[in-house]
Amino acid sequence: MRHLLSTQDLSLADAIQILDTAEEMAAVNDREVKKLPALRGRTVVNLFFEDSTRTRISFEAAAKRLSADVINFAAKGSSVSKGESLKDTAQTLEAIGADAVVIRHSASGAPHRLATTDWIDAAVVNAGDGTHEHPTQALLDAFTLRRHLARVAGTPSSGLDLAGARVVIVGDILHSRVARSNVWLLTTLGAKVTLVAPPTLLPIGVEQWPCEVSYDLDDALADAPDAVMMLRVQAERMNASYFPSTAEYSRLWGLGDERFARFAEPEFRDTVILHPGPMVRGLEISSAAADSDRSQVLRQVANGVSVRMAVLYLLMSAKESAR
Amino acid sequence: MTELVAGPAYLVRGASLYGEERADLLIEGGRFTAVGSGLDADGATVVEADGLVALPGLVDVHTHLREPGREDAETVETGTRAAALGGYTAVHAMANSNPVADTAGVVEQVHSLGRRAGWVDVRPVGAVTVGLAGEQLAELGAMADSAARVRMFSDDGICVHDPVLMRRALEYVKAFDGVVAQHAQEPRLTAGAQMNEGAVSAVLGLPGWPAVAEESIIARDVLLAEHVGSRLHVCHVSTAGSVEIVRWAKSRGVNVTAEVTPHHLWLTDELVRSYDPVYKVNPPLRTQTDVEALRAALADGTIDVVGTDHAPHPSEHKECEWAQAAMGMTGLETALSVVQHAMVETGLLDWRGVARAMSELPARIGRLADQGRPLAAGEPANLVLVDPAARWTVDPATQATKGRNSPFAGRELPGRVVATFFHGHPTVLDGALNTPHPGSAGER
Repeated sequence: MRHLLSTQDLSLADAIQILDTAEEMAAVNDREVKKLPALRGRTVVNLFFEDSTRTRISFEAAAKRLSADVINFAAKGSSVSKGESLKDTAQTLEAIGADAVVIRHSASGAPHRLATTDWIDAAVVNAGDGTHEHPTQALLDAFTLRRHLARVAGTPSSGLDLAGARVVIVGDILHSRVARSNVWLLTTLGAKVTLVAPPTLLPIGVEQWPCEVSYDLDDALADAPDAVMMLRVQAERMNASYFPSTAEYSRLWGLGDERFARFAEPEFRDTVILHPGPMVRGLEISSAAADSDRSQVLRQVANGVSVRMAVLYLLMSAKESAR
Repeated sequence: MTELVAGPAYLVRGASLYGEERADLLIEGGRFTAVGSGLDADGATVVEADGLVALPGLVDVHTHLREPGREDAETVETGTRAAALGGYTAVHAMANSNPVADTAGVVEQVHSLGRRAGWVDVRPVGAVTVGLAGEQLAELGAMADSAARVRMFSDDGICVHDPVLMRRALEYVKAFDGVVAQHAQEPRLTAGAQMNEGAVSAVLGLPGWPAVAEESIIARDVLLAEHVGSRLHVCHVSTAGSVEIVRWAKSRGVNVTAEVTPHHLWLTDELVRSYDPVYKVNPPLRTQTDVEALRAALADGTIDVVGTDHAPHPSEHKECEWAQAAMGMTGLETALSVVQHAMVETGLLDWRGVARAMSELPARIGRLADQGRPLAAGEPANLVLVDPAARWTVDPATQATKGRNSPFAGRELPGRVVATFFHGHPTVLDGALNTPHPGSAGER
């Protein structure tokens, strides 16, 4: 693995290697001294063209715990008309001696451009590109789910895949990079994924994805899945007629109090709630659901650091051995 | 157009006319003076054409020469050099320059730049609406009456989406036998669109440009053209559904012609998976099903012509993120080879069909009296000689266009333009640029 651009091109073996490495990193994160010397003297640049404090500090913590030097580069505007081009920025980072670039960009495919042009030689990690992919989010979701399933089964999680697991992903699939990355990764790991959304928020062509699609959340929840992932829905979508009102959206596709009450039924005993954050409470998820013991939201955040440590470690040590 | 001064005579020896029978062509004073076998050179310069296919000089209905205004992307000089190298003897220069070609002054400027360059006939296309803004008709009559004698009008790049304005434009151009060339793109259905909407866009997370946005405009326009009894040309048809609508309209007797680009005859949206903006174009690359429908439509005449939509861009407009990149591809220097690959080598079209789609019908649509004529004695000597057996690899750095945005870069293509004769003068010889036509502008 030279770069991490998407989960679609991640093999099962690579995915399990990342998750297993993340388990080792998690052990470090449980220690009092949360630091490894693995990337000492190496430079990681967090190149963020889009505001995302959560993802940026997660990558920053991951790189620092591996003893890498971290440069945070918040780039505003990116078109030729609006300032420095991506190419010039990339070449600048190359000249500075970046070993890895973690890039967040509003344009789908921007990380691919860095990885496939000769602008920069560094390892490229996609930290979310437009409405394309967010691979480390999917990896941390898979990691969180794998740990949960292992805990329920009473086994260690290392080496496991997600065969047989059932995951329902609910919300704005059309505009979600998280959904795309999760569909590919979770199915590669053997899980069965069901997408639930209003038809307006599903992409044309979704029927070719390796998952089920439903317009009815109650139907999708009927057989008590192992995890329900609620995606953030931007209220502005209403203005573009993706749905008539936030109230109707919440009623039909939100995890509100009534729907969450079903989680008290015995067959839902081991069903967990995932959310990539930031949550819009009252729209796609009620506070009762978000704050319940089924919610894995804070575990996801903590696991995010371990997963990103694993990704940086694997990519940068692979790059070292390739030289 | 007018006669040109007597230049040196040329004897093209042993060319295969339209890929069929072999013949010699004697060129004197800008015209073919004899066509037959065993012609006597009699002092004429001999061009050996053994194994070469002779076609009438190609005519492009859809070229962006960028001048005035974007001379960093292309000039009339560089664009028409590229055209000559591609086998063209006439191009229609689209109106989206800066200033827009929406007045007699601008179209006369482009026309005169073309005459001064001397590589091909440059026929300016006039804008349909002032500033391409889609609000008010440009002075179509003034452009038609100008020295540029504009017959084709288009807001290309932007759709004339207001149905009333489109109706009026279609009606108005009847006064001077004009044609409205529509860029069919419903704007509300394509706001922010980045690529064909379908299975690939779903995966790549790029906003989709649905086929229906093209097809709905074509459907409306053919009905408008029928209603007002005018002439409609549909630019760069890109979907299988559009083909069906054009076929239906022609069967009803609607006076509609349609164009396809070389790239839509070959490339698909699968290439967008690279996120390389060299594949970003408007209308976007579609699916293999669409490619096959377009090929079949060009073969059966539903689509009349191949238009390059040659759209050069400076490299900084392509060396960036996909969403920020400009739309467009170069095409003049690869068009004939791509058509050979997609149509001739697949058995869908013979060379006579290529002459029809790339020279005769384009000239007729643009009302160019001395282009797209038969290879026969007495006709203007506009001619291209092609070596169909040649193979070459596209290297944009060596092309005459300023644009480096060829989607065929690195591909091996069949067929090479060996010579182009423009009103009797060889603008291209031995596959390389020769000299522009020596006659002064007024003499051509």
